[in-house]
Amino acid sequence: MAKLSTEEVKHVAHLARLAITDAEAEKFAEQLGKITDFAEQLNELDTTNVEPTSHVFPIVNVMREDVAGEGLDREKMMLNVKEQEAGQVKVPSILE
Amino acid sequence: MTNFETIIGLEVHVELKTQSKIFSSSPNHFGAEPNSNTSVIDLGYPGVLPVLNKQVVDYAMRAALALNMEIEQETKFDRKNYFYPDNPKAYQISQFDKPIGKNGWIEIEIPEKDGKPGYKKKIGITRLHMEEDAGKLSHANGYSLVDFNRQGTPLVEIVSEPDIRTPDEAYAYLEKLKSIIQYTGVSDVRMEEGSLRCDANISLRPYGQEKFGTKAELKNLNSFNFVRKGLEYEEIRQAEVLSSGGIIEQETLRFDEKTGKTILMRVKEGTDDYRYFPEPDLVRLSISDEWVERVRAEIPELPDQRKERYISELGLTAYDANVLVINKEISDFFDATVQHGADAKLASNWLMGDISAYLNAEQKELKDTALTAENLAGMIKLISDGTISSKIAKKVFTELVENGGDAAKIVKEKGLVQISDPEVIRGFVTAALDADPQSVEDYKGGKERALKAFLGKIMKESKGQANPQLTNQILLEEINKR
Repeated sequence: MAKLSTEEVKHVAHLARLAITDAEAEKFAEQLGKITDFAEQLNELDTTNVEPTSHVFPIVNVMREDVAGEGLDREKMMLNVKEQEAGQVKVPSILE
Repeated sequence: MTNFETIIGLEVHVELKTQSKIFSSSPNHFGAEPNSNTSVIDLGYPGVLPVLNKQVVDYAMRAALALNMEIEQETKFDRKNYFYPDNPKAYQISQFDKPIGKNGWIEIEIPEKDGKPGYKKKIGITRLHMEEDAGKLSHANGYSLVDFNRQGTPLVEIVSEPDIRTPDEAYAYLEKLKSIIQYTGVSDVRMEEGSLRCDANISLRPYGQEKFGTKAELKNLNSFNFVRKGLEYEEIRQAEVLSSGGIIEQETLRFDEKTGKTILMRVKEGTDDYRYFPEPDLVRLSISDEWVERVRAEIPELPDQRKERYISELGLTAYDANVLVINKEISDFFDATVQHGADAKLASNWLMGDISAYLNAEQKELKDTALTAENLAGMIKLISDGTISSKIAKKVFTELVENGGDAAKIVKEKGLVQISDPEVIRGFVTAALDADPQSVEDYKGGKERALKAFLGKIMKESKGQANPQLTNQILLEEINKR
């Protein structure tokens, strides 16, 4: 089994801004390894004559006309917001 | 100056002037109440699907074609993953390996400076791709605030080749790029409203070396002038580091407008890890030849073509034509003024001279003044036919630009008609000469300046209404008789 390294797990966790412990990194390396192994099975198929594609549907150019509707009601939007101030969403400081 | 060659590349983001967002129907306009122009799609709620705005593709293609680019006809969107509070989706839909536009160029013109001759140069444009903008963060003490109105605003990112060698070339590139985009009508390109934004990459290498040096990225550049200043500062800083045997780190810098210096934001560790993959929520784009040609046909007259027309049809100098076309608002106004019957050369002089000076001093744009192409043309016609002198015209202009109205009417009401009767002028001349025999003697003794002084006095006495050419002529006649 191609287990992920704990460094890889820590890297991905960092990119997702998740704080994890060494023990968790070890545990997730095991679990994520199983997931990537599962996906690895696809490599068993011979794709020599199959064109690469970025989408499974044989359709192109799905578009809408440039017509503006109403914006989402701000009060509704704020129902999913923890903290707000002056109509804006309050988040932790991100400038170091 | 130094032993190093400067290499500059510019990344420019331009917001497209569509009615709705790139992937949702929420309204797209600047200056709305915070968080009033969002939708569940912009905010990335579970289960929602983006649908591409067709106008965005048209506009992106129009911009790409105007920048002499090839269109990638089989293209797609990709997902760029990143976690940052300006984007609740944790990814940006962008284009990675198949940008809609590639291999373009624009020509820049560097004017003569400090005795160095001016020159023209082509700057390559690597790519133009479509993407969505993120929300806007403002930083308070200890926390930040997010306004998601900008989330999903359609953008094109335009990346230049590393062909730029001086901060002046960078400035000229940005001016030309802005001008072309402005003419295409796909964006307002207003830096102060963020509809045009610029990042600059700069590195130095010893002359003769092929390999590029390590580059620094300059961000937070709020005007073309700051781009130039930031690059000038960075050019010297990097040369000093390299000359003293140091190394340049790959870092992101911020330009500080107050001190004129660049400040370290962060050191980049390796390349960014955005884990791009094809956007699964959108299908591919397949752009037919007909579609490309239809968009190509929509491109209006561009600055270079207009400049050519000004030179060949209106007889302007290359310099004047260049200055006029760079700003579309000024150039459109000039066209309209000429259409209303004004002499092209005079109209050009007024727009580049008094009108520009007025706009700069008042920090206004043409549309914020009472001046119209029609009333400016009216005034210029009065100058052309000798009804008013250029000097009087300045008074008329002040009235037109502040309060509007009809030039001929203003001239009549205020009694500003030029005095062109030789006998009336001779009266003014004689009076001035009689009043100051000493200056007459000075002139006869070779002091040419005395003549100018007389001319000034006569103009003052006639309240600026004496025809200057005629006055000059009569003054010479009369003074030489004495």
